Amino acid sequence: MKTFSVTSPSPPLRARLRAWLRASPFLWVTLLILLAAALIPVFSGSASLREELFLMAMLVILASSVNIIMGYTGYVSFGNIVFFGLGGYLAFYLMQTFHVHFVLAALIAAIGASVFALLLGTPILRLRGAYFALATIGVNEAVRTFVANFEPFGGSVGMFFNYEMYTPYGGAKSAQWLAYYAIVFVALLTVAVSFLVKKSKFGLGLMAIREDQDAAQVLGINPARYKVIAYALSAFFPALAGAIFFFKNGIIEPGPAFQLQRSIEGLVMVMLGGYGTVAGPIVGAVVYERLRSFLITSPTFSSLHLFIAGLLLLLIVLFVTAGLVGWLRQRFPVLRRYVE
Amino acid sequence: MNIEALIASSIDGLMLGFIYGLAAMGLTLIFGVMKVINLAHGPVIALGMFTVYLLSHQWGLNPYLGLLLALLFGLAVGVVIYFVAVHRVINAPELTTLLATFSVNLMIIGLGTIVFTTTPRALDVNLGALRSGNISVLGTRVVAVLIAILVTAGLYYFLYRTRVGKSIRAVANNRAAAELMGINTSAMLALSFGIGTMLAVISGGLLSTLFSFTILSGGVYELKSFVIVVLGGLGNPTGALLGGIVLGLLEGVTTLYIPIGWVPVIEYIVFVLILMVRPAGLLGGAK
Repeated sequence: MKTFSVTSPSPPLRARLRAWLRASPFLWVTLLILLAAALIPVFSGSASLREELFLMAMLVILASSVNIIMGYTGYVSFGNIVFFGLGGYLAFYLMQTFHVHFVLAALIAAIGASVFALLLGTPILRLRGAYFALATIGVNEAVRTFVANFEPFGGSVGMFFNYEMYTPYGGAKSAQWLAYYAIVFVALLTVAVSFLVKKSKFGLGLMAIREDQDAAQVLGINPARYKVIAYALSAFFPALAGAIFFFKNGIIEPGPAFQLQRSIEGLVMVMLGGYGTVAGPIVGAVVYERLRSFLITSPTFSSLHLFIAGLLLLLIVLFVTAGLVGWLRQRFPVLRRYVE
Repeated sequence: MNIEALIASSIDGLMLGFIYGLAAMGLTLIFGVMKVINLAHGPVIALGMFTVYLLSHQWGLNPYLGLLLALLFGLAVGVVIYFVAVHRVINAPELTTLLATFSVNLMIIGLGTIVFTTTPRALDVNLGALRSGNISVLGTRVVAVLIAILVTAGLYYFLYRTRVGKSIRAVANNRAAAELMGINTSAMLALSFGIGTMLAVISGGLLSTLFSFTILSGGVYELKSFVIVVLGGLGNPTGALLGGIVLGLLEGVTTLYIPIGWVPVIEYIVFVLILMVRPAGLLGGAK
């Protein structure tokens, strides 16, 4: 772990950034692997593979984001999907009603969701442990039921695009590719930010809060500010993912947008891969999604998939608390130098 | 707005509130004794619905007799869930127990969807209605409330007047000290989990005599239970019953004045606000 001296003046941010990147090739290797995987459908032109990778990239975003608040900071956000839905709705509304360009709409939506997280985070992050988890469920349900009654957002029916909506993007088909590039870009960005946060002084502060909030405060960390920034970060990327997902779908409804089930699946991925690691949520998302699609398509297991997902989660929680990456790091200490 | 409609929906809401309160008491009992938030509460409520339904449909048993059997079944299910999912991680951080009970939730819903599918079922129970002027109250609701009161009284008698009940309270108070006094804490924890689950099953059984349901219906009541428990203070059974009544009344009365879709919005906003302002609950002691 890098130490930070208090007395010597800290080097400029860019130099520090460069030093981190040189010190840990892990980030570059990870990003290159992800990018290489993401480019396969671009060259083969396979739409089905693209769909599968789109979903995986989205899950990587959701899992890595929730890992910032849950894995680094120790605050279990059960309802983090609220930002996904909110981002989706805001962007959809802007695109449909004001014909805002998709990229701009997604950015505005993500900033909106982060501001919502900042405002909401200040009071609810004072709650600890189970109370915080319950509050996030409450927030998600409150927003979901609100949106389901909110007429400008289409109420319980939701909103949908006409086909002309995709014309500025070169038609529906190329809009699908645009959405794919966008989600891959956001996934890479999320992973990079997740890594940089973990390696930064800010991340160190978050982990100190996770281990012992009171002690962290005594050491000069402002827990309220650290936590709320982490929360806003964990809202930003899911909101982008929501904007892209529903842009691609062309239809948005309150149920699928604020699905608590998907939120908790995100937690399962983080646990499966390894809580508080950078690689964990990626591994978890990919493994979980592969497993789920295998179970759903296999004739023997298709109806059992929910049961098996539950059983798997229980086994991880009871026996492999550190997750796959965490377990590997414990088992092979040499990996700790290379795998974050 | 006429006064009769107001009285009628207040009574309706009040009665439902008792049944909500029963489910919430189960949740709060488990939390009070072992600081575990049981995310498998909803599916267990649904199991209660289906147990009563199956006993009545397959065996032709009277639903209220079926409820007695369901009660034992609930106790057993709770003890099993405790030993399978909770016992090993009882001292772990909240995240672990939340995820462990959530995994039980997934398993019950997963198996339940296969066995029962998601087609809505309904029990056909008709006990007539009590009438006074334009206000009428369904017999099934009256019986449900009576049973809810009876169960609550039973629970209190058990917790405060029996030796086992006192042991459970001792474990809730201080597990280590209780252990030193020769109480088998594992057994008490398992029993509390069983009783909490049993309360959920009874509440589900009673709900099945009032409304149609599917295996997924428990989720709605689980969320209501969270709201109630927070209203009444986590870990406080009396608070849960009162919270249930408050929520039931609120639901009954607000539907008269605002579109029904907005009622849950208000419920959840109240829930979050109470958590922010008074996490110990409106009725909970100062913390």
